[in-house]
Amino acid sequence: MLLFIAAPIVSVVLQSLHTPHGAVLVEAETCTPLSGCILETTIDQEATRELREAEPLGRLVGFDIYLDRGHLAFAEVAEAWRQSDDLGEFWTSLMNLPFYRAMAFTLTFTFIVTPLMVILGLVIAFAVNSLHRHLKGLVIFFSLLPFTVTPLIGSLILFWMIDSRGILGDALVYLVGDPSFSLKASTGLMWVSLIVYGIWHAAPFAFVVFYAGLQTLPMEQIEAARIDGATRWQQVRYVVVPHLMPLVTFVALIQLMDNFRVFEPIVGFNAEAHATSLSWIIFNDLGGETRQFSAAATSSVLTIIGVTILLSPVLVRTWRDFRDKK
Amino acid sequence: MASGVNRQPFGLRLLTYGFIVVWLIAAAFPFLWTFWGSFKVELDFFSIADWTNAIFGRRTEMTYGTPFTMAGYEGAWVQGEFWRSVINTGIVCFFVVCSSLTIGTLGGYALSRSGYRYTFWLLIIALIFRAMPPITLVSGYMLPFFEWNVWGILPTTIIVLVAINQPFTLWMLHSFFQNIPKELDESARVDGCTQFQAFRHVIVPVMWPGVITTGLFSFLLAYNDFAVTSMLLNEENRTMIPAIAAFLGSTYNEGQIMFAVAAVVSATAPLFFLVMFFQRQIVAGLTQGAVKG
Repeated sequence: MLLFIAAPIVSVVLQSLHTPHGAVLVEAETCTPLSGCILETTIDQEATRELREAEPLGRLVGFDIYLDRGHLAFAEVAEAWRQSDDLGEFWTSLMNLPFYRAMAFTLTFTFIVTPLMVILGLVIAFAVNSLHRHLKGLVIFFSLLPFTVTPLIGSLILFWMIDSRGILGDALVYLVGDPSFSLKASTGLMWVSLIVYGIWHAAPFAFVVFYAGLQTLPMEQIEAARIDGATRWQQVRYVVVPHLMPLVTFVALIQLMDNFRVFEPIVGFNAEAHATSLSWIIFNDLGGETRQFSAAATSSVLTIIGVTILLSPVLVRTWRDFRDKK
Repeated sequence: MASGVNRQPFGLRLLTYGFIVVWLIAAAFPFLWTFWGSFKVELDFFSIADWTNAIFGRRTEMTYGTPFTMAGYEGAWVQGEFWRSVINTGIVCFFVVCSSLTIGTLGGYALSRSGYRYTFWLLIIALIFRAMPPITLVSGYMLPFFEWNVWGILPTTIIVLVAINQPFTLWMLHSFFQNIPKELDESARVDGCTQFQAFRHVIVPVMWPGVITTGLFSFLLAYNDFAVTSMLLNEENRTMIPAIAAFLGSTYNEGQIMFAVAAVVSATAPLFFLVMFFQRQIVAGLTQGAVKG
């Protein structure tokens, strides 16, 4: 019986280990993933093909790819640090490096969307919980829609609406009073719309979890609090919220991980020029005519490291739970 | 008696209802709007002149004689060969759900019944993989697939999706099986069943709720996936989501964005019905891990 479990997991392990190995040990046949690459291929097709057949994984270059301009780019960062007079200037040159640009957006997105979505989910849960029984089902049905619908489709639907000719974009133009106003034109506004999309998409998940938590509220405690003279707000503050706290951490952690891999909305919103994420960099490297496997694999490893850092609190907690259970 | 004391003050109730209405509009209006607009021509869907055009479809009426037209759907399904993607999605979803449920059921059951320490590590590994963005794994798959010449066809994609989906299925079914009391299969063992017979005759009849919930989520994963399918499938094997993305690439030039709108609506419709019929299971699945943890 254990074979049944072990086999798929081992296969998953093996397959996923391909990425780190591919990245750490390997470089694509011809060169660094910069422009020199293309030159070399055109010059020597024959040798390239021979080399490719001999070593399908490529040449061993160690950590070079990690340090090139497309990824960690320590050399460029140090250079920028030396040359800029103040932090603002340093920041500007840092934002010109693709990895840090993606990182900036990914982190901003993750850390703005997650708390806002938790709060929105909580408020919706409270509101729905006080509704009449017959209304609840209907409201839950509509609330689930943004979450179950494909992220790409959801973002496309919103994108068409905020298009300057779409209904929301039109309304915004009217409100601002500037006919040339467009959300797509500015980086800041694009970020805002992506973040709004992120909250819209993820809030139902938080709502459903909190709503389930509200069903298991300890009524005795609430009654006790009421008898002791607690106001409605105090009941919520000192009984309900502490009761939901484990759920809040759960939702926040899950969403941290999910938001960290934000990808589809960027494609759907056509926002590559203004906002990129780590996942998008990988996608971009893999697609197109020049499939830059090594560059993509390097970004993958960096993303995996990021996810692991985010995940470590969960792991520690699970480990503690498991140990306590023993 | 509690209800009398607990009744909300009028102001708060008003606020609650107001908020619910705002949220419902935010959640549902985009879908209704796009659905309505998908029967219009582009000039109505994106109405520069007057936004009421999008509701009444004046330009659609000018072009086709009625305020509703199936032109977008016709373009997407016939001209854009969207039906091909629909069939592909069907195949992929069916096989992904079946195979991940088979492996997940057996694996989750075994994990929940074994008390060894390594089961914990297996589950932790599963959790880590669950957190991994699928696209990071894709870059690992692509090179070997090119080497073996299996890139672009449906079976490889199905295997990859099953592999990506497996940690989640395993995790979910594991916690589900843990809720089924151990005494149930122990008593079966006492009565002389082998382990497998105990599973077959005692556990299988009671496991369906958990399996259906997990199956739903596997389906959603396979259906919604964009990163894996767009990278691993070639043009004629595309599933719906990459096909829509491809529509976008070409439609901006040809001014036939309505193809994409119609395709989006077609792809959303099954999800709509899914949520309608399986709402309870989806809610149960979402909360299962949370309330216990």
